[in-house]
Amino acid sequence: MDITLDLIRDIASGISFAVGLAFLLIGALGMIRLPDVWARIHAAGVIDTIGAELIVFGMILQAGFTQASLKLLLIGLFLFVTSPTATHAVANAAFTAGLRPLNLRKNQSANVLGGETKP
Amino acid sequence: MAKAIGLLVALFALWLTLSGFFKPFLLMLGVLSCLLTLYLAYRMKLLDDEAVPIQLRPALLLYWGWLGGEIFKSAVAVSKVILMREMALHQQLIAVPAPQKTDMGHVIFANSITLTPGTVTVETRPGVFLVHALTESAADAEGFAEMGRRVAEIEAW
Repeated sequence: MDITLDLIRDIASGISFAVGLAFLLIGALGMIRLPDVWARIHAAGVIDTIGAELIVFGMILQAGFTQASLKLLLIGLFLFVTSPTATHAVANAAFTAGLRPLNLRKNQSANVLGGETKP
Repeated sequence: MAKAIGLLVALFALWLTLSGFFKPFLLMLGVLSCLLTLYLAYRMKLLDDEAVPIQLRPALLLYWGWLGGEIFKSAVAVSKVILMREMALHQQLIAVPAPQKTDMGHVIFANSITLTPGTVTVETRPGVFLVHALTESAADAEGFAEMGRRVAEIEAW
């Protein structure tokens, strides 16, 4: 019984690692391929949300019901809260510095900011 | 008062998780350090909705599960764009209405948008966000409305 449970756990964490790794690689490729800072933010988003979380999840499965997996859960939670904050800070700094996306299809920034010239 | 107890419980749970000690003497030291931290937080007037968000509904956990699914779907969409030979970029800056009533609700909604690959919250004004979207499908107004409605449900006010 133990052997089958261990096997299921190994397979599940293996899938989690493999999918997470695939997203990390695609994200890294996107960092190179995409044309400007705005598009690259999204490649970084793929890395630090789904990539990192799936790797942490695989490690939780490997650790089982131990203190280590609780700590890993905390790491995942902190990543979940801090990474969008950091991403927003980068995007907001780029916007404030006057950078605009390449080939912008639609721009409704005037609708949000109204007549403001400087935030 | 509820905020103080909530912070104390959360701090002690964190202490237990990180230390893993269950000896009475060490547990006592842990409780004392948590009480000291609580006192400092009280002196700094940190016991509010922002630092101790226990006013949020427990359905927050369900929302996180739903958000996880959304993150996976849009991560796949962004990955497809990256792997295409000719990347189909339709970058746009769009206005997204934020119907939440509280600051905490706005923060959760803005962070959820940023967490979802393909969309990033760039600038916030009362009741409306400026969002950068990578593709046409990422800028789906229906999707934002759905997410905003779900966030408005978990914030208590």
